[in-house]
Amino acid sequence: MDLFFNLTLNGLATGMLIFLLAAGLTLIFGLMDVLNFAHGGLFAWGAYSGLWVYSQTGSFLIGIAGAILTGFLLGIITEKWIIKPVYGNHVQQILITLGLMLVLSEMLKVVWGPNQLTANPPDYLVGAWEVGDVIIIKYRVFIIFVGLLIFGGVQYLLKKTKIGLVVRAGVMNKEMVQALGINIQKVFMFVFMIGSGMAALGGVLLGPYSGVIHAGMGMEFAILAFIVVVIGGMGNFKGSILAAILVGLSGSFMAYYVPDLSLAVNMLLMAVVLLVRPQGLFGAKG
Amino acid sequence: MSDLLTLNGVETHIGQYHILQGISLEVKQGEVTVLLGRNGAGKTTTLRTIMGFSPATKGSVMFKGDTIHTLPTYTIAKRGIGYVPEDQGIFAGLTVEENMKVAIQKDNEETAKRMNWILELFPDLKKFWKKPGGLLSGGQKQMLAIARAYINENELLLIDEPSKGLAPIVVEKVMESIMQMKEQTTIVLVEQNFMMASTIGDRFYIIDDGRTVSHGSMQELKQDEEKKRKYLGIA
Repeated sequence: MDLFFNLTLNGLATGMLIFLLAAGLTLIFGLMDVLNFAHGGLFAWGAYSGLWVYSQTGSFLIGIAGAILTGFLLGIITEKWIIKPVYGNHVQQILITLGLMLVLSEMLKVVWGPNQLTANPPDYLVGAWEVGDVIIIKYRVFIIFVGLLIFGGVQYLLKKTKIGLVVRAGVMNKEMVQALGINIQKVFMFVFMIGSGMAALGGVLLGPYSGVIHAGMGMEFAILAFIVVVIGGMGNFKGSILAAILVGLSGSFMAYYVPDLSLAVNMLLMAVVLLVRPQGLFGAKG
Repeated sequence: MSDLLTLNGVETHIGQYHILQGISLEVKQGEVTVLLGRNGAGKTTTLRTIMGFSPATKGSVMFKGDTIHTLPTYTIAKRGIGYVPEDQGIFAGLTVEENMKVAIQKDNEETAKRMNWILELFPDLKKFWKKPGGLLSGGQKQMLAIARAYINENELLLIDEPSKGLAPIVVEKVMESIMQMKEQTTIVLVEQNFMMASTIGDRFYIIDDGRTVSHGSMQELKQDEEKKRKYLGIA
């Protein structure tokens, strides 16, 4: 029971981290038709910048805010100067965002050095609660809570606000949104900023979870995020959280029972989904 | 009557194709101007060029005396041009209510008045208010598309083939709505259904191979059998 609960909690926490990265990716693809391979770089920059702010201020929450702000800023810069010139051209998008991913990773080494950095949670999130036989690690619960909070917040934004309505309409028909007098470029920028902020948040949360951060962490998680986007359905926000949880749980259980297959199982899941339902589990046909 | 919209020698390229090769037309305020012509003549591209989706590569598009062919689509729309595309452009995953909400530019008394008018004219929209746009019938989608363009105080509506693929009874309803809108706004209509076009339209332009080849009053065209046969294939 204890083992099952811990593996589940671990899987859920990992799933939430992947979700924070995948959610932005799926929104950016759904609305802007942009394949952003640099998204993992924003995740890694969130981890480093957040940890730095945390170390300077001593406040983990301020560190989180710093990471999100870094994500917003990098998101705006990336959209305005890197993505905008290659709208509508997937090949160019792949090349330029892969290049940006490398630049972002290398820049981390320039700023913070090539070695991995250790990251610890704040004192109030260290340790665990014991409920009977079950040990509940506080930081994992915190990650799950933040992930659900962000999911709820973005769901509210998408469903209950005018800007959310415009984003959803834009995912379905960009041209018509413009014909209704709405500047879709501003909406693109907003979505890119939110997506980048979520990725950066995922990065800063990962640090204390894994204990260390390194420049290559973005690419590692970006692969999982792309798997989640494919499984959940490209452009489907709700699909991204469910697929992320699925990937997180399967990874967690497989890592314990069949460690050699922990990454392969996600690839296998993606392959099966592509064969059975190419639009993803929650994606719309066509 | 003054000209609300003027196209002067407009040429449009889409990729390597030279689609519009010289469109000149004048749309008078308060009138319904109908663009006629065979399939592929360039009628839809003319509307898309006015909206800025396929910007003019030569010539000029003037709206209320201002050049608009250099502006982005959303600015053109904000200047007071509503657009009903050929495929209706309904946001399939949004409800009828949400489709209308996206379209509303100003939430004021006039908008509320227009909304009441729309719901009276198209009771089906009220009936399916919470239903996703994608689940509506073809006719209901057309009504929603027209309603969305009309909800704002647009001075000009561009409507592309509103009768396409609709049952005759629905065509009548759509026609009735356009006739009523005609009282309030200027309309440019692309229509293959000559009966509908000639009933609603005040003036016509015939487009052939990307050029305006003939224009005049709809009354003249109704009586000109030669022109109808030559350009519209109507015997």
